[in-house]
Amino acid sequence: MRRSHEPIAWSLFGAGGMLLAFIGPGLVLATALLPWLAAHDPVATHAAVGALLAHPLGKLLVLACVVLPLFHTLHRIYHSLHDLHLRAPRRLMQLLCYGGATLLSGVTAWWLLLI
Amino acid sequence: MTETVTVRVQRYRPEEDQEPWAQSFEVPYSEDLSILDALNQIKDQQDPTLSHRWSCRMAICGSCGVMINGEPRLACKTFLRDYRGKDALEVRALDNFPIERDLVSDISGFIDHLETVQPWLIRSDEQPVSAGAYRQTPEQMQRYAAFSQCINCGLCYAACPQFGRDPAFLGPAALTLAQRYNLDSRDEGASQRMNWLNAEAGVWSCTFVGYCSQVCPKDVDPAAAINQGKVASDINYAVNLFNILRGKDDA
Repeated sequence: MRRSHEPIAWSLFGAGGMLLAFIGPGLVLATALLPWLAAHDPVATHAAVGALLAHPLGKLLVLACVVLPLFHTLHRIYHSLHDLHLRAPRRLMQLLCYGGATLLSGVTAWWLLLI
Repeated sequence: MTETVTVRVQRYRPEEDQEPWAQSFEVPYSEDLSILDALNQIKDQQDPTLSHRWSCRMAICGSCGVMINGEPRLACKTFLRDYRGKDALEVRALDNFPIERDLVSDISGFIDHLETVQPWLIRSDEQPVSAGAYRQTPEQMQRYAAFSQCINCGLCYAACPQFGRDPAFLGPAALTLAQRYNLDSRDEGASQRMNWLNAEAGVWSCTFVGYCSQVCPKDVDPAAAINQGKVASDINYAVNLFNILRGKDDA
């Protein structure tokens, strides 16, 4: 029997799911709600985020927070479309979903390196 | 007057029917009458040509799986009272299997899948019978006990959309059985079974719909077993990749 390469996609899916489950709500709070509710100084908030993104570990954290949920979401969409009997070539859907996630991950990494 | 219930039963006699059709029967209602009792009553008193499988009448043999109002169920474990007041009570053969006759499905593909995963204790060195049984602690047994409750009724295959689309998929019961033996401390055959689990037709065709676990009449939870199998296959993939990088052959 030929070995499936699905474990690569499933590992990224699992990692993204774990990340979202554990720190997803915290991320939403810190990035979307707190700057509006608690921080009254937009300049200081901007500087704080800039400092996070300037540090290599900060870049890595943001990269993980973007890339893993991307793979998680597109993996789930890929299989859900199959479950919904979408009549599309398998290879094309793989290219769109996993290729899309890879491309967006690359763009994110490139953008983070530019900061 | 005795209350009766209308049961619509799927009929298919290959020698005279082009395709399956439904025949209605009136069955006297009783609080403790199971669907299997109703089918037996129809066969005994109304139409002896009706074909359906059954044996133990107590959810152990796994023979009487049918679709009841579109849901995979054991006819012996489902009662007329559960459908009282409903518009219709329709019984047909299990989904996702070819129909042999009336309510009898051809489950040979499912049986082949069960055999594929080598569901027996595989040992590198068999100990002689005189040495007695292979011993195991209650804790070791607990690891696979739930997965060993399967009665091979095939309801999970009738529920599984992936098996319905691709009969090559090993499916819920076979993958659960593989996991059951892989978790058994007396077994040494996991590496042989992993070849099947690792394939596309193994654990990786499952998209975790979970309907198999909902319909299982013995609470085996095949979806959980398959997900455990995915973790095992994932680790196996990583170890194999590591071995290839070290110059060893692909397993």
